[in-house]
Amino acid sequence: MNEETRADSKRTDDGSLEARSGESGSGAKESGGVTRRALITGAAAVAGSALTASVARGTGLGTRTSPDPTKVAGARPDVVGSRSPYETPRKFVTGSAGGVTQSPLQDLHGILTPADLHFERHHHGIPDIDPAGYRLLVHGLVDRPTLFTLDDLKRFPQVSRLLFLECSGNGGRAYTASPNAERSPQDIDGLLSTSEWSGVALATLFEEVGAHPESTWFLAEGSDAAVMSRSIPVEKAWDDGMIAYGQNGEAIRPEQGYPARLLLPGWEGNSSVKWVRRIELSDRPFMFRDETSKYTDPLPDETARIFSFVMDAKSLITYPAYPRRLAEPGFVEIAGYAWTGRGLIDRVEVSTDGGGSWREAALQEPLLPKCTTRFRYGWEWDGSPAHLLSRATDETGYVQPTYSQMVAARGPGTRYHYNGVRGWRVGSDGSIGFAPV
Amino acid sequence: MAPARGARMLAWLGADRRLGLRDAMLARGAGTPVWPGAKMIAVAGLLVLAGCGGAGDQSAGEPGAGDAAAPGSMTATGEGDRQTGARPGGARFGFGTPATASQIAAWDIDIAPDGAGLPPGRGTVAEGLALWDKLCLACHGPTGREGPFDVVAGRVPGDAFPFANDPAVRSTVGNYWPYATTLFDYTRRAMPFDAPGSLTDDEVYALVAAMLFFNDLLPEDAVADSATVVDTMMPARDRFVRDDRTGGPETR
Repeated sequence: MNEETRADSKRTDDGSLEARSGESGSGAKESGGVTRRALITGAAAVAGSALTASVARGTGLGTRTSPDPTKVAGARPDVVGSRSPYETPRKFVTGSAGGVTQSPLQDLHGILTPADLHFERHHHGIPDIDPAGYRLLVHGLVDRPTLFTLDDLKRFPQVSRLLFLECSGNGGRAYTASPNAERSPQDIDGLLSTSEWSGVALATLFEEVGAHPESTWFLAEGSDAAVMSRSIPVEKAWDDGMIAYGQNGEAIRPEQGYPARLLLPGWEGNSSVKWVRRIELSDRPFMFRDETSKYTDPLPDETARIFSFVMDAKSLITYPAYPRRLAEPGFVEIAGYAWTGRGLIDRVEVSTDGGGSWREAALQEPLLPKCTTRFRYGWEWDGSPAHLLSRATDETGYVQPTYSQMVAARGPGTRYHYNGVRGWRVGSDGSIGFAPV
Repeated sequence: MAPARGARMLAWLGADRRLGLRDAMLARGAGTPVWPGAKMIAVAGLLVLAGCGGAGDQSAGEPGAGDAAAPGSMTATGEGDRQTGARPGGARFGFGTPATASQIAAWDIDIAPDGAGLPPGRGTVAEGLALWDKLCLACHGPTGREGPFDVVAGRVPGDAFPFANDPAVRSTVGNYWPYATTLFDYTRRAMPFDAPGSLTDDEVYALVAAMLFFNDLLPEDAVADSATVVDTMMPARDRFVRDDRTGGPETR
């Protein structure tokens, strides 16, 4: 049951989180590790082996371990670009069964997640789907049951939006009275990513097939080995649901649902069924395994919320954060993400004294509904211990709760939607540890 | 008995949602045909504005902008029907191919809580236990309790539902799954893990029988068929409630 990454939890029945193969993936640990050999090899491949390294000495302009780039011909462009060899952001790969990867939030700038760093949560791996053979079947309570090819989908008017996508199990490691301080943003909340998603509005498709007025739910089913299925209220289709085939300007990556997926803005990631092949309109929910036994929220009164789709407001400081250290007192720009499934982030407040006082952070444009928003707060660190917190408020007036407020509302054993206030303790030596409140 | 209790839950999940957003949008149009997706396109329009540089503050600021109402924004003006996702004149686009009954049947594998979709067939607990040992034991243990993967079997004393209050209690089919139809649906579509979708319907019935037996919901000499799957009253059936979170200042 803890497959949504509650690794600190006592529940290990799923076992899928125990083998963490990406342990070295924390960007701060790895990105500095470019070796001299790698640089020289890279330069030689471009400019030939006759070059000798001309190391600038005593100029105060930095130490070069590669040839002076102003004295050799630059590399020629290629048909596909690549990341600088000096930059090695890495997902964490966790889980032994379905598959989980977590985005390196602390290494990212702006709001977009590069597609190859987008988080993953699969329920039975990544299918290989030939787009030529792809079909989307829409049937059930409709006038015209229809099969759409990928080309058919692309002929409809297109919609395109920047949206966050977050697993509702994200942040489970923060949901404990005694969290492990040695946790990075990626460890805790790496099941969050933001992309520009392009596709066709579900409303367009539902009009096209003649959806019956009495249809209240629809099934979305993937063509992965889990034949992943969820029941979705039809009103979400008329509101803003889409079938997406584009991600950040290119075709959706296989890990994100190639060639087409359901995309439900602001809702828990599991409901945005990847590799979608079938949509069936109905007048009732289907009660699939993942929407009954898994993605539900137990409550202290011995009930459980079912179909709790919307992701409540949340924020997270990604700098400064473990495992980085602050080198010296002085100016530090505290920065992070805020997002809400209910629309727009209204404000983000930052505390540097563990919640004793709060100041409003600046929000970076663009401010978009159901999308991550960057916040930043200029802080003069005087070298004394500090406790950094962030707290988001959305346009409905919802305020990101503390852990104890969440426990009061949902109990210590609830299983999803962990959006409590996150924070970092800064020691006088500049060390940083995860410390939510 | 069982169907009545289940029907109550389905009633609120279905009926209460019938007056959905589509109806609200159509009503709001007050005689003007409003395509329901226009609101989304309006939001997409905001995005376009924001992306054009210098206009970002137009999309920000106002609480309630965006998804809630998109006030004063690009409500499908100026860009023609392309912006609204509707074809000029309101005709269908005509894309796609009619799906035949056999094409639908080939993919239509879902099982509803009332049993709709359940195939003919049957299987005994004994047959299920034999299959279990061969196909399931390695992941779920000899009696469904041992793991290492999802724990299938186990009840809570008094069929209590302490999951929010006690993180140590593991959820199982017997203490958490509200419908046995889900057990049939999921086992048939996704199990066994190394050969998903490979079981015959009789094998699925047998394995469902075994799992219900593990949870003391069927006797050891039982046979499972479609009626068994529908009629078995799962202990957690009435534990599920609608999502009452609506935003606003209260933590729920």
